[in-house]
Amino acid sequence: MASKPKYNNTVCDPSFAAQVRERSGVEIERCYQCMTCTLGCDANFAMDVAPNQIVRLTQIGMKEAVLTSSSIWVCTSCEACVTRCPNEINIPHLMDCLHQIALEEETPVKEPAVPVFHRAFMAPVRQFGRQFEVLMTGLFILKARKFSLRDMLTNAKLGFGMFTRGKLKFGPHRIKGTKAMNDIFQKTLGGRGT
Amino acid sequence: MKYAFYPGCTQESTAIEFGRSSEEVCRRLGIELEEIPDWNCCGASSGHFLDDDLAHALTARNLALAEGQGLDTAIVCAACYLRLRCTQIKARESADFKKKMAEVIGMPYEATRTVRHLLDIIVNDLGIEEVTKKIVKPLTGLRLAPYYGCYLVRPPEIVGFDDPENPLSMDRLLTALGAEALDWAGKVDCCGGSLILSKEEIAMKLLGEVIEDAREVDAEAIVVACPMCHANLDMRQSGKNRLPILYFTELIGLALDIEESSTWFKKHMVDAIPLLRKHGLI
Repeated sequence: MASKPKYNNTVCDPSFAAQVRERSGVEIERCYQCMTCTLGCDANFAMDVAPNQIVRLTQIGMKEAVLTSSSIWVCTSCEACVTRCPNEINIPHLMDCLHQIALEEETPVKEPAVPVFHRAFMAPVRQFGRQFEVLMTGLFILKARKFSLRDMLTNAKLGFGMFTRGKLKFGPHRIKGTKAMNDIFQKTLGGRGT
Repeated sequence: MKYAFYPGCTQESTAIEFGRSSEEVCRRLGIELEEIPDWNCCGASSGHFLDDDLAHALTARNLALAEGQGLDTAIVCAACYLRLRCTQIKARESADFKKKMAEVIGMPYEATRTVRHLLDIIVNDLGIEEVTKKIVKPLTGLRLAPYYGCYLVRPPEIVGFDDPENPLSMDRLLTALGAEALDWAGKVDCCGGSLILSKEEIAMKLLGEVIEDAREVDAEAIVVACPMCHANLDMRQSGKNRLPILYFTELIGLALDIEESSTWFKKHMVDAIPLLRKHGLI
């Protein structure tokens, strides 16, 4: 027997709009559906719910439909929508707020490789204070399980090309203020890992 | 002219030629850069994805350190540039936010200083005329597509030293260097850099469109001011006759006939040397 889905897209959470509004400060209520955001969105082709629909669904409290969409993960934060929105609605910031809620509430993630990448990116930063690309990429490959032959070949080719051009660091640069960095992560993320 | 310098992590790795060319070009142009002591990674696209306060605190530490130097900050990476500006502007708008940041980073932070992209500094502070005076080898005949991408120009309330839809600062600079700066459709499109590892197929489509747009106007190379765009376009471009992707600082270096410039071009995945040789520039 199929297990009951944890989320049901028809369920409405009337407090959701206020939750998003309060947390992000984004004035979602100002949207009148002109669709300027969607028409100029370079990533819209890969989204299951268009940016203007994300705003509308958030306004009316369709929390699960929004949080389980692919759109919130494939937005590239290119800032075109907010630049062009006649009502100055900061959709990239809304998207940030939506991923953060989805991750905190452990909603099923439609595009799991995306948050895996962002966490892999932050791991060396937390530890050393600067990015260490070899570690970041390694963590990403392991955690996103990018083990296909195609992935391996691409990574080997790129890695070799970067190595021969002196673009790969083999050790991390550890800043002096690693304690300060750790404090920053502790005070902001608390128990939540990177 | 003196600035605190925030190189950003890529300047020592994937964008080493951007770092080297920026520093050398600034030295020749009389722009003094004093590296921010013990700067840290700004968190780029990932910090704000996970937590707003974390993203702001990572940048605030750098801003506070630069404030300690008593200087405005010069940045070469467009992504770092947007992140640092976001925090600086928010801090100027809210005393509570400023106080919170100072508490999280354990350092005073007053947001008294500002953050500038090196392109903005060269074009608007130094002035293109000053660059022109130092040109030894004009880049005559090079057909270039100036690519601004996202964060140099958007959102204009945060970055905004140029028009968000039709920016021209790089066009004017390249023209002054003697090259032909082409008007093209892709100049402010997104290359998909933030998704290149996690959603490769989306990024490949976006960067492919940028390259196609440049080909449509017969560009011989694309010029960038962002190491993320560069890594994406230079490393992931597919097919034959790939277009070289050049940093604007490398081209200034070439026009100023800086000897080291040939070492920068060797760092690219798409070989730019045949093109530069064809035009007698190297």
